Amino acid sequence: MTGSWPSGRSGTPSSVASRPPAVELDGIAKKFGEVIALESVSLWVGEGEFVCFLGPSGCGKTTLLRVIAGLERQNAGVVRMRGCDVSALPPSERNYGIVFQSYALFPNLPVARNVAYGLETRRMPRAEIERRVDELLDLVHLRPHKRRYPAQLSGGEQQRVALARALAPSPSLLLLDEPLSALDARVRQALRVEIKALQRRLGITTIMVTHDQEEALTMADRIAVMNHGVVEQIGSPVEIYTEPSSLFVARFVGHMNFIRATACERPGWVRVGSVELRHRPGPTPPAGTRLTLAIRPEEILIGPAVRDGENRIVTRICAMQFLGAFTRLGLALPGDTGPTLECDVAVNALAEVGAREGAELPLVLNPEALRVFSDGD
Amino acid sequence: MAVLRADRAIPDSVVRHRLDGETALRYLLIGLFGLFLYLFVLYPMAKVLWRSLLDNDGAFVGLANYVRYFSTPAIAASITNSLYVSVVAMVVTVFLAFLYAYALTRTLMPWRGVFRVVAMLPIFAPSLVQGIAFVYIFGNNGIWTRLTDINIGVYGAKGIIMAEVFYCFPHAMLILIAALTATDARLYDAASALGASRLKTFRTVTLPGVKYGLMSACFVVFTLVITDFGAPKVIGGKFSVMATEIYNQVVGQQNFTMGATVSVVLLIPALVAFVVDRLIQRRQYALVSSSAKPLEPRKNPLAEWSLFAYCFLIAASIAAVYLVILVVSLVERWPYRLAFTLKHYAFDTVGGYTPLLNSVYVSALTAVGGTAIVFIGAYLVEKWRTRASAPLYALSLLPVSIPGMVLGLAYIFTFNVPGSLLNRLYGTLAILVISNLIHYFTVPFLTATTSLRQMDAEFENVGSSMGVPFYKTFWRVTVPIALPSIIAISMYFFLNAMVTLSAVVFLVAPGTELAAVAVLLMDDAGDTAQAAAMSVLIIATGLMVRFAYGGLMRGVTRRTQAWTATATDQVALMGTGSLK
Repeated sequence: MTGSWPSGRSGTPSSVASRPPAVELDGIAKKFGEVIALESVSLWVGEGEFVCFLGPSGCGKTTLLRVIAGLERQNAGVVRMRGCDVSALPPSERNYGIVFQSYALFPNLPVARNVAYGLETRRMPRAEIERRVDELLDLVHLRPHKRRYPAQLSGGEQQRVALARALAPSPSLLLLDEPLSALDARVRQALRVEIKALQRRLGITTIMVTHDQEEALTMADRIAVMNHGVVEQIGSPVEIYTEPSSLFVARFVGHMNFIRATACERPGWVRVGSVELRHRPGPTPPAGTRLTLAIRPEEILIGPAVRDGENRIVTRICAMQFLGAFTRLGLALPGDTGPTLECDVAVNALAEVGAREGAELPLVLNPEALRVFSDGD
Repeated sequence: MAVLRADRAIPDSVVRHRLDGETALRYLLIGLFGLFLYLFVLYPMAKVLWRSLLDNDGAFVGLANYVRYFSTPAIAASITNSLYVSVVAMVVTVFLAFLYAYALTRTLMPWRGVFRVVAMLPIFAPSLVQGIAFVYIFGNNGIWTRLTDINIGVYGAKGIIMAEVFYCFPHAMLILIAALTATDARLYDAASALGASRLKTFRTVTLPGVKYGLMSACFVVFTLVITDFGAPKVIGGKFSVMATEIYNQVVGQQNFTMGATVSVVLLIPALVAFVVDRLIQRRQYALVSSSAKPLEPRKNPLAEWSLFAYCFLIAASIAAVYLVILVVSLVERWPYRLAFTLKHYAFDTVGGYTPLLNSVYVSALTAVGGTAIVFIGAYLVEKWRTRASAPLYALSLLPVSIPGMVLGLAYIFTFNVPGSLLNRLYGTLAILVISNLIHYFTVPFLTATTSLRQMDAEFENVGSSMGVPFYKTFWRVTVPIALPSIIAISMYFFLNAMVTLSAVVFLVAPGTELAAVAVLLMDDAGDTAQAAAMSVLIIATGLMVRFAYGGLMRGVTRRTQAWTATATDQVALMGTGSLK
């Protein structure tokens, strides 16, 4: 590649402490009429970092991206890029490339002209433009298609053209608005890998909006989980997955079991039905407070490891769902009639524990994995 | 990464972007478009309204003019006459056109293409041509009257209705063809699977499916008839309708005040019809799902041949009307001396070919200027949502409900003001171009809006993210994609400007006569053969232009086929929106 790219690295928060972040949002608020779309959002994106805005539809993630792009004007708050306040700059002066959900490829221009679109107004020599277009088309493996029109390409190819077009003028920031949501599952998975590799290689600061948590977990350096116009949590995919800071994040990212419970006298313990369970260290509310416990299906321990000791309960298998590599068991807690817990068991372990519908299954809810949230969350 | 939740309320204002050249240009263009609509739509209409509240000396008299209008039986009769003629013509036209459109779309009868083309002929003629033809056929010296000795008394309501039915037939037919085409074959499969009879299927599937199309056709025809001036002028005799009443008051009696009063009253039915039609059209869209399967007509010899006979009869009558005009223009003196001559093509009373050339020139300017203003205006309103968007949109829809006579009179009030800057336009070809442009503004505006709405909303945003100014993206992307619509819009402007009479009849001046006005003047002066000859040339010009546009459209479609899978026939689509 050329040296025209900003020489960023896949940034960790500490690596950029010395420099101003690529993008910094400070108290961004936006409303449409009486509807509040964003409520004081503050965050930063480091140089070369890949950040995902993740959330359900209507959470404000796309609005936030459009505020950064200058396509939507915020009611309050400041957008900074590399330390400069760009809040008052029109989109054309913010130096970013953007890929929309619809790609918005110009249907009347061939692929090469689409990619060249941003270069042609820059008084660049024709040969230079040609070279740059070829370079970008090589990057997305579409050079053989340069003379085709967008309508003659597949969805995934169109997506890559849009990406090449956005990258052509060497922007310092890449914005992706649900770039993969219009594609079928197989193409989506391949493109995830490809976009991520491309971003790494170019070291370009990237913000992607998505509602697909798997997409966010696999692609992002950090994820900002959004809900109702606020950022619920920002962190690395591992942090978001293992340490969800709120019930919403726990529910939205990954698969999670929830169990209703009440706080016990003993700090760090809760009561579920007739059993007392120890949970991960956390806030200790007064006894009797209603709480929600959360544990992921793969964190539940079964089999030989389960003998006695803490957090051992005996459940009944009431449903078995074959999912290929593993089987998901629906388990009823003592005293319940229907399944309240789901537990993933590898195929070979299944026979070992003698699982069948109606059978009893002792298990351990590992205290270190048993998160606790107060119900107000 | 603390999540901040501010307690302070969110302000209502947004953070302003610095005003760059591009944005300034955009605001300037929006301002100009607003000024244009204000100057040529809103202000003239306010003038008419205001004038109807003054007496002839300019003193404010409140509603006294209206009281006089409704209490003078001779003038008040024009209201009931107009309504009567419009309703009868509406019922007859829609009924005839429905059967015709049904035969064209739902059967496999032969000659469907020919029938469709022939039925389009009236689009190319000013409405008074039908009137002149019926005078030649059924008038006191008409061929029918002489051959059969039966005088049907064509001067009056009967003649007007006949002329209007022919004039409006293609408009109704196009709407109904569209409605009958937009159906779902699966509904018919379901009906026949459930054992419904033909009649029951027609009653429970076909009719409900075209309900909105039928209503829309009714409103369009009603509006066309009630605002039409040409046909009642030449065949109405003493039977006065509102459009001719305005003309009589203004041109005959120089009573501008009463002209303004009748104009305001004439606005009401046109406005109501327009509003109701808009409401109905909005529902029509939801009727056919995108997964609908087109209906393939099945063979049914009995129905086919009876409908073929019917269509043949209608098409033959339409062809006959224009044949009469053609023959009249080419013989010495119809029906006494039938020797061939071209002397009626001399147009000695109206100054030779100037009116026709003026018409072609004005039509061409209307086509070019109108297309540019409509398309750019629709682009500004549609793509750059500002507080001005909604009022500009409403102002752009308003012209369709302004009858031509009212618009013409309003322009007299606005531009025939000695000493005013606006007076410079009076008596020029420019005012004729502008009046045509406004008169036929709405349908092209809606076509442009529809075409812009079908485009990806982010084209400009992609452009501006790369620092490409909006006008470049407009020129390199928006215009090429909308080219079929743009061509259709300019054709619509040209063809209508060629045949229009009502608005321009008040605005022509010595040296700026138009062909359709010349037809009226020659007919008034008794030179009916020359009027017929001019009509023939108007129709011929229209047909040639239509043909040329057809070729142009095919060329564009071929070029754009590479990048569009579905190149729609925009020329055909435009016809359905012809409210005027």
